Amino acid sequence: MAEEVLVFGAWGSPFSRRVEMALKLKGIEYKFIEEDLTNKSPSLLKYNPVHKKIPVLVHNGKPVAESLVILEYIDETWKDHPILPKDPYERANARFWAKFIDEKCLSAIFKACWGACWGEEKEHEKAEIEHEKAVKEVSELLQFLENELKEKRYFGGETVGLLDIAANTIGYWLGVFEEASGVELLTREKFPKLCNWANEFVCVTAIKENLPPRDKLIAYFRNRFGAGNASK
Amino acid sequence: MAYEVVLVDTWVSMFGMRVRIALAEKGIKYEYKEEDLCNKSKLLLKINPIYKKIPVLIHNGKPVCESLIIVQYIDEVWNDRSPLMPSDPYPRACARFWADFVDKRVYDVAKKVWTTKGEEQEAAKKEFIETLQILERQLGDHPYFGGERFGFVDLSLITFYSWFYAYETFGNFSIEAECPKIIAWAKRCLQKDSVANTLPDQKKVYEYVVQMRKRFGVE
Repeated sequence: MAEEVLVFGAWGSPFSRRVEMALKLKGIEYKFIEEDLTNKSPSLLKYNPVHKKIPVLVHNGKPVAESLVILEYIDETWKDHPILPKDPYERANARFWAKFIDEKCLSAIFKACWGACWGEEKEHEKAEIEHEKAVKEVSELLQFLENELKEKRYFGGETVGLLDIAANTIGYWLGVFEEASGVELLTREKFPKLCNWANEFVCVTAIKENLPPRDKLIAYFRNRFGAGNASK
Repeated sequence: MAYEVVLVDTWVSMFGMRVRIALAEKGIKYEYKEEDLCNKSKLLLKINPIYKKIPVLIHNGKPVCESLIIVQYIDEVWNDRSPLMPSDPYPRACARFWADFVDKRVYDVAKKVWTTKGEEQEAAKKEFIETLQILERQLGDHPYFGGERFGFVDLSLITFYSWFYAYETFGNFSIEAECPKIIAWAKRCLQKDSVANTLPDQKKVYEYVVQMRKRFGVE
């Protein structure tokens, strides 16, 4: 039976790019369907009625939603170039950090970049304090990741794994947010290992081919959230 | 082979209960350490410095955190008995999706049911019921979310059952009236020893919630 793999995603979303990165790493052919998130297609709503979000992978007509769930499905279905380690403790570790990135890092990064100018007007001084708190929080979170990397080339060891793919938000999108908002978060002085990792990560072929154009992404976030109000 | 297994937990946590059910399903002996969440131990802060939360499983000295990650770890290490996850990739993906749904949608809104009042509480009750109704539709006519067998999704949700009396009393509503299939499913799960021996009595949980409400100043 001919295999049909569809990916419903959005060009700028790190979550849908994760799915494409994993498929590319494993050499799996797929068809990408770009979703307009302001006008979701009937297909998307049919394949993900619960969350109505991208990405969704549809494999031979069967949908899988939630990017980290999709990554594990891809790894279990196509066994070449495994992205999860075999050892159960290492697997638990990779899952833990991927969840950490999604649940703690992203919202903190957003708050640090755009928190003070997102929503209603705040007094300048109060906004400054909130902003400093958010930047400090991001710094603490990035430090955990810096420590987790240790001396490894990638989070996955010698090759890119599930955690590296999940960390695409840190490896690429964070730099974009920083430039779009004018807020510095991932500095080489504080996070040399993470910076080295990010440079290596974006050079991996399967990753590089799936990064949205930087200028376009910066323009998009600048437009959406404003140019930032951090005092430098 | 002697393995050392320690569980750092608190009796009333629906997340900790998940791990206890998994350990019971697999027949694993372990040391249980009760944590006082108002006065966290040095041990907890050392083994879970990121979140400082229970449950944490310590296996041969190495900590594993986050209840669903711990359950999958248990399933993968003790893979010779009582599987908790399905064996094929697609049903496994569905199981992970629905357990993740329980994590993202049930806990926060259920907490609002007993920590808020007035309009906020009414909105929380409505969302809680809607969430359970989504789960009811997913259950369909199967005995369990896992199909014919109790599995990962059942385990992720059943532990909330021990809190239902508390939700109903403080929310002034009947979960059975709104979601009869969920209650029927819960009673079916309770016929399993691993579940019945793990879930605390609903009245005991209610007493605990009464104390918590005083502490949060909800009254």
